[in-house]
Amino acid sequence: MADLPFRGIKSFGAFIPRRRLQRSAIAAAHSWAFPALKGLAKGERSMCSWDEDTITMAVEAGRDALRGSSPSSLGGLTLASTTLPYSDINNAVLVGAALRLPLDAASSDAAGSTRVGLSSLITACQASSGDQLVIASEKRSAKPGSVQEMQIGCGAGAITLGEGEGVFARFLGSETVSVPFFDHFRKSGSDFDYGWEERWIRDEGVAKIVPKAIATLLKRLRLTTDQIAHFGMAGGPSKSDAAVAKALKVAPERILPDLQGQVGDAGTAQPLLLLIAALERARPGDVIVVASFGQGCEVVAFEMLAAAPDTGRRGLAGSIASRIEETAYLKLLSNDGHLDLDWGMRAETDHKTALTQLYRIADQIFGFVGGQCSACNTVQFPRAPSCVNCGATHTQTPYALAEEPAAVATYTADWLQFSPSPPLYMGLVQFDCGARLLMEMVDVGAAGIDVGTPLTMSFRMKERDRLRGWDRYFWKAAPAV
Amino acid sequence: MASGIKDKVAILGMGCSKFGERWDCGTEDLLTEAFQEALKDAGIEKQQIEAAWFGSGIDRVNVGNSAIPLSTALRLEGIPVSRVENMCATGTEALRGAVYAVASGAVDIALAIGAEKLKDTGYGGLPVPSKGTLNDLWMPYGSAPAGFAQLAAGYRAKHGVSKEDLKRAIGRVSWKSHQNGAKNPKAHLQKAVDMDTILNAPIIASPLGVFDCCGVSDGAACAIVTTPEIARALGKRDLVTVKAIQLSASAGREQSTNQWDGSYVQNTRNAAKSAYREAGISDPKAQLSMLEVHDCFSITELVTMEDLGVSAEGEAWRDVMNGVFDADGKIPCQIDGGLKCFGHPIGASGLRMVYEHYLQLTGRAGPRQLQNPKLGLSHNLGGVPYNGVCAISIVGLQGA
Repeated sequence: MADLPFRGIKSFGAFIPRRRLQRSAIAAAHSWAFPALKGLAKGERSMCSWDEDTITMAVEAGRDALRGSSPSSLGGLTLASTTLPYSDINNAVLVGAALRLPLDAASSDAAGSTRVGLSSLITACQASSGDQLVIASEKRSAKPGSVQEMQIGCGAGAITLGEGEGVFARFLGSETVSVPFFDHFRKSGSDFDYGWEERWIRDEGVAKIVPKAIATLLKRLRLTTDQIAHFGMAGGPSKSDAAVAKALKVAPERILPDLQGQVGDAGTAQPLLLLIAALERARPGDVIVVASFGQGCEVVAFEMLAAAPDTGRRGLAGSIASRIEETAYLKLLSNDGHLDLDWGMRAETDHKTALTQLYRIADQIFGFVGGQCSACNTVQFPRAPSCVNCGATHTQTPYALAEEPAAVATYTADWLQFSPSPPLYMGLVQFDCGARLLMEMVDVGAAGIDVGTPLTMSFRMKERDRLRGWDRYFWKAAPAV
Repeated sequence: MASGIKDKVAILGMGCSKFGERWDCGTEDLLTEAFQEALKDAGIEKQQIEAAWFGSGIDRVNVGNSAIPLSTALRLEGIPVSRVENMCATGTEALRGAVYAVASGAVDIALAIGAEKLKDTGYGGLPVPSKGTLNDLWMPYGSAPAGFAQLAAGYRAKHGVSKEDLKRAIGRVSWKSHQNGAKNPKAHLQKAVDMDTILNAPIIASPLGVFDCCGVSDGAACAIVTTPEIARALGKRDLVTVKAIQLSASAGREQSTNQWDGSYVQNTRNAAKSAYREAGISDPKAQLSMLEVHDCFSITELVTMEDLGVSAEGEAWRDVMNGVFDADGKIPCQIDGGLKCFGHPIGASGLRMVYEHYLQLTGRAGPRQLQNPKLGLSHNLGGVPYNGVCAISIVGLQGA
């Protein structure tokens, strides 16, 4: 195989929103009009809460990948998605700010096709030098009653690529083909995809494009299909992976789980999640091949060199396991903005953000960086001119809080205040390091919370500005899993 | 050391509008209603007022900012008029301004008036305010009950009180106030409510149910103050004088450090300490005849009993259950019905509380009249327990 130096995977992380909507609930809601959906009503799919989007999931996956390492070593971040919330800003910069990446790290968005998740990964594999973080994050909506509504899910995968020490999966090579096979599309500004017949996509698209591309790559790498230990495919109709594997004579047991039962099709993030699934189970020497179909396809091959170091990451398996069962189908419609509930006059509050103010304290808001007083050592948030404890002025140095352990100091469940997901849990959050602040608490499951409940931090949308479109992002606290 | 304001200022007259859903009245009408009563009570002409302080809390559903809405409504021409706002302590802030003006010798007769028109919002509860461009970026918007409900979690954790015991105790707080409010023709809610209804009411912010929350009302209250000498010269007898007015505002310690356990309100403790010193009170439990405290929510009143030193720490919930603060208890609290039955028109509440003490001290409280009260303490709490302001005023008979 290739001589040193080689590039490959140094870390990975994943995030799947904890809410898992039961497909049976979706099918039951539509049974009066589309009884046939019952046939798809197996398992569950992930759904975002109202305050989770492509940005917040990307941050969570990125944090997972960066666990145990310093973000300062990263040279670049690529954010791949077809559901970026903003079309004329660099969304990756916002994600990078939340991850506290150095200001000289290159940031770019990749969009336009669900294929760009894998395209971005390949580009980072081929980069000349430096550690690159690739995050693919997706939050698609589907028309109520559609097959896609049953099949899609939300999630994000993050992979750090670099060279030299720390690489545990070597990049072997990639293959790209571009074919004007337009099986579905979403016009800019539209909420939903428009898709063609699955049988045509499977037989005329996937079957004729993907096996050929994989075979080309394997030939170039002088590998045979029986050397593939883990095979995954994203972007096609369900069971496309099995069809391609069969065409290539890859044994069925080597096909990676398609995540349909627990997550759904996470679009741009799907090929990265499949790769992560492989990394979580591969043994040294295993060859991993992942393909992503869409106006042609991308194929990438890695060789596992060693088990991934244990950083305490959540990973894909941990993300799937951390779940809150959801049966309220209308919540999906409401969260995604497709059902305009009457939230009453309290919901009319204006949330205009002063962008000037936001920039002044950007590291505090996006990075959750408070201050530590050099005179009395008190850690605090926000980082104000004078210390909250000793009153000394201009003595604070930045202190990051996002990864610090914390617990509930006070709390309530507020049924009066408008929240798109009532009740609004809020209270004082006490960090072990001494900092304390009033925070919203999310993902409170059936067990509830009480004074002393351990909390972890989660990057979320704070408020949506429906008048102008600038949504506020900040951190919220969630019961530690 | 400063001598304070004890007995330097007397109340010449007071007025209080009927509180409630005053669909027929604008703020100007409420101001006029309270002012006319006070003017008549004081026995002076409007032209004798030399300065005025106007308390109003919420700009957008009331009369806007500045003092002009007051000077226009009452046609106060050619005198200094100021508008003050300090959240729920606004009414007491207005009184503080007027009292300080008289005590300093700057004027002989000053007016303090507060009003709020909350029922022009279109919904129950208070409007959601901005917390400023910086705080809006990170601080969650909770409702007022959510701010105070957190005291329940802190109090339970600190004192090991069960959820059920605390729920019953705070329910008992509201039960008592409804008993009192039923006797007050100016109260918004003039109906006694049984414990079962209170305990089984829908939850607003856990553990607070509907009856743990004060009403939302329109109202105005007013005081005309002067020196004791001028009051006597104007023919007043049995003078009610100001013993103390004190204020404390959070500086962040409670909400931003681990130095607060969530079971009490530091601002109340600060303001009470200063007020007792100013009024010369060494044993509040023995010396205070009556309390009007900021029962925006039942849990607030409960912890306030400890913060004011009239209950021992961790014992207020038992004192409440034992009727210590009932109309016939050791220290009657909310003898007029409190915020619970009056509602809480922000700018008016502090003055409304002093109005009840003034009536009680001058023997004009009708069916609610207590026997020989001498000193009354009123207490306002603005903001939230961990980040707010507290104002305390103590009034009493001259010489008490």
